[in-house]
Amino acid sequence: MSTTYVVTGARILGGEPADLVIEDGVIAEIISTGSIHRSTSSTTRGAGASRAGAEVVDADGLVALPGLVDLHTHLREPGREDAETVETGTRAAALGGFTAVHAMANTDPVADTAGVVEQVWRLGREAGNCDVFPVGAVTVGLAGERLAELGAMADSAARVRVFSDDGKCVSDAVLMRRALEYVKAFDGVIAQHAQEPRLTEDAQMNEGELSGRLGLRGWPAVAEEAVIARDCLLAAHVGSRLHVCHVSTAGSVEILRWAKAKGWNVTAEVCPHHLLLTDDLAATYDPIYKVNPPLRSAADVQALREGLADGTIDAVATDHAPHPHEDKDCEWQAAAFGMLGLETALSVVQQTMVDAGLLDWAGVAERMSVKPARIGRLADHGRPLAEGEPANVVLYDPSYSRVVDGTELASLSRNTPYVGRELPGRVVATFLRGTPTVLDGKQA
Amino acid sequence: MAAPPATPATARPAPADGGRTVLDPRDISRALTRIAHEILERNKGADDLVLLGIPSRGVPLARRVAAKIASVEGVDVPVGSLDVTMYRDDLRMRPARTLLRTDIPPGGLDGKVVVLVDDVLFSGRTIRAALDAMNDVGRPQAVQLAVLVDRGHRELPIRADFVGKNLPTSLVEKVSVRLEEVDGEDSVTIAGMVSTGSTTRDGSTTRDAEEAR
Amino acid sequence: MKRHLLSAGDLTRADAELVLQTAEELRSLADRPIKKLPALRGRTVVNLFFEDSTRTRISFEAAAKRLSADVINFSAKGSSLSKGESLKDTSLTLEAMGADAVVVRHWASGAPHLLANAGWSRSSVVNAGDGTHEHPTQALLDAFTMWRHLGSLDGRRVAIVGDVLHSRVARSNALLLKTLGAEVTLVAPPTLLPVGVEGWDVETSYDIDAVLPKADVVMMLRVQRERMNAAYFPTVREYSRRYGLDGRRMDTLQDHTIVMHPGPMIRGMEITADVADSHRSVIVEQVTNGVAVRMAVLYLLLGGSEPALSLEASGEEEGR
Repeated sequence: MSTTYVVTGARILGGEPADLVIEDGVIAEIISTGSIHRSTSSTTRGAGASRAGAEVVDADGLVALPGLVDLHTHLREPGREDAETVETGTRAAALGGFTAVHAMANTDPVADTAGVVEQVWRLGREAGNCDVFPVGAVTVGLAGERLAELGAMADSAARVRVFSDDGKCVSDAVLMRRALEYVKAFDGVIAQHAQEPRLTEDAQMNEGELSGRLGLRGWPAVAEEAVIARDCLLAAHVGSRLHVCHVSTAGSVEILRWAKAKGWNVTAEVCPHHLLLTDDLAATYDPIYKVNPPLRSAADVQALREGLADGTIDAVATDHAPHPHEDKDCEWQAAAFGMLGLETALSVVQQTMVDAGLLDWAGVAERMSVKPARIGRLADHGRPLAEGEPANVVLYDPSYSRVVDGTELASLSRNTPYVGRELPGRVVATFLRGTPTVLDGKQA
Repeated sequence: MAAPPATPATARPAPADGGRTVLDPRDISRALTRIAHEILERNKGADDLVLLGIPSRGVPLARRVAAKIASVEGVDVPVGSLDVTMYRDDLRMRPARTLLRTDIPPGGLDGKVVVLVDDVLFSGRTIRAALDAMNDVGRPQAVQLAVLVDRGHRELPIRADFVGKNLPTSLVEKVSVRLEEVDGEDSVTIAGMVSTGSTTRDGSTTRDAEEAR
Repeated sequence: MKRHLLSAGDLTRADAELVLQTAEELRSLADRPIKKLPALRGRTVVNLFFEDSTRTRISFEAAAKRLSADVINFSAKGSSLSKGESLKDTSLTLEAMGADAVVVRHWASGAPHLLANAGWSRSSVVNAGDGTHEHPTQALLDAFTMWRHLGSLDGRRVAIVGDVLHSRVARSNALLLKTLGAEVTLVAPPTLLPVGVEGWDVETSYDIDAVLPKADVVMMLRVQRERMNAAYFPTVREYSRRYGLDGRRMDTLQDHTIVMHPGPMIRGMEITADVADSHRSVIVEQVTNGVAVRMAVLYLLLGGSEPALSLEASGEEEGR
């Protein structure tokens, strides 16, 4: 009953063009067009074109990637529906090329019970824009005192595998140790928001010369690095997996490199904004640039790009953090931390990594789909674009260029730092298990 | 147009802006001497006199007149300066102006005969501003006005009591007063063309009057 | 001059000297029977104070009133919970009331920048102290005070002692004094110097006794006792012993050296009573100068159709 789609002339992972036949939720066939002249459905070309009732999607010049998987998104529902809902957030995700997002637990109520995570999971299914995998809180209420019922969340319909107190750090060493140990029972992973709380009390921006000049309390790099080092050592000691959220400093990259060289099971993610933006933007005092972790120096940005390229950093995650207008239209100290990210992620990665020659599209697929899916233990996502695999596909036009306009976003909020900036590329189509959620750059 | 007084031997230096010299240093000196005498005559002596120069060039003129009074009457008349910038009626029409020096002599102005001294009397607005400025400083017994040059074209009912030289001009002409203390030389010139007027480094050329005309 | 005075770093040397010279002229106003000038008649100046400050607010109020401006005082205790509504909505209200200038003191660094650039109003914004960022009119009145005592500031050595990390006065002074040609040395324990201070184009020292004998000006900054609880220094006693200016240290100063303090002082903490009351101390004069300097700033920003051109450009005009 579902429509069959024939995607013509797509460059698989940026490689040779091919036709994909998407049928019954899977990639039924891939026909490499080779020397065959690419044209529309009127020419007979192999079994694909002869499928009756097939809808043709012209993907000439487009790159085909496996549907992107975000390890780190804030959908704000329940509790902050004024900023975003599961419906609007997943719509933004689909427009950004995502077929799966991990929804962070710092909602209201906090996602620290099976009940809340199941609610979020169901909302995701009802919206149908992409798969939503709720992240469970590590501690009750994110208070950092007692473990939440991690097992119950793992066994729930939401099948939680990623646990995080993101927004806050699990700073108590003993608690972190216990959490790392406990989740081994169900192949879970603790995703740490590395921020030593005492070193960052009321911190506003990266600590450096600029913070001193601007009179904004500084956020030292060591507050992130010290926690990462400790957690890597803990994870190794108890034989557990560790995932590090939103790495932002050169020092953190070095520590991760060291930990991986030891063979420890540590993974890490970086946000697109940390690959592009630097702390000097804070000199405008415009809180659109206020984010946790803060924007860092140009040297940090360079180290993050290199770390992503050489695999020290495994994945790109958006940390999509919607905020209503009044939480950003005020003085810096009073503003909320966070930036939108879902709809611009692939463009920023293209600009900072692909166009800069640091990654090819296969590398992008690895870091934005394959690895994140593996870390989240997702069966249907991050799969190769091959026959028989679930049809989670995104078609992307890298030759496009646009100046970002804040009013065009699907997100309920508008706090994107890229307004007025020219970014390359756009998502043309997104398929979720064979059903298009985005066609022709718009919601399908 | 009054013909400039003839000088026998010395050729007049050609003014830098191509104008015509109407007063040379000796003319200026004679004019100030006459003014000093007239002031003493009119006020029957130097009692209670205060000379208040309007910056910038009114101040050295006031000092010179005071010196001449001292040599004639043997009395040292107090000399001060009164900046009128804040009282100008065109304050809001241009960017905020630099304030000039205000220096009221120790005896103050109350009950005194204040003689305002300025280089050129034109629309009269500066003198009106000076009267307002003085109002906030004290209450003189009388206020008189001495100017080196009166070039006509009054826009307010203001007249000078003591005039160095009456110089009827047309509105497109520009009168430039240079004084030794400020500009390094003494002269009064008229230039026929409308000068676009910019301040040169030594400050010698005066700007085109923004009271337009 | 720019339309707003947000940072001492916004002033060129010519701008700064223009302010000082204008303040010199305006200072004599205090000796006249009628302490008023009509220059800002019909202009409205709003004092928007989100932090308690009697001293600065009164100073700005006196300055505006002496220039015949209408003054509106708005005091709001902005707690860290109150969001931008307060600032934005207040700004919109003031704009609707026709404020020509807003003098703003706020606990958040950068709040004046927001007022100036957010597009909520067209008033000139004068920063009267924002968080730990800047306090430009304080730096101007400090420079004015120094200038009146020492003449030109070129090559003069200024020592600023105290909690530099949290001091907006220190930041503004460091910028302005450099612009005016002085050499600045910041003296503090390492915990009270900001990271990256090496990039400020100043000297730093942990040793007050080494710096004092060479200084032409000593400016003592306030140090809050509460900093002790955040471990910036162990005890009040240790702080005053190592960084306080007392009679003994005062005797090591050169004859012409003046002692300054932006106020309010904590006698016994950073400065002792005998120093504060000595002939070297110009602390009270700083307050008087504050009114003249703020008059100069308001006049130069609002007195004409637009802010004053720099010193060279605004010359004289032909008569009259």
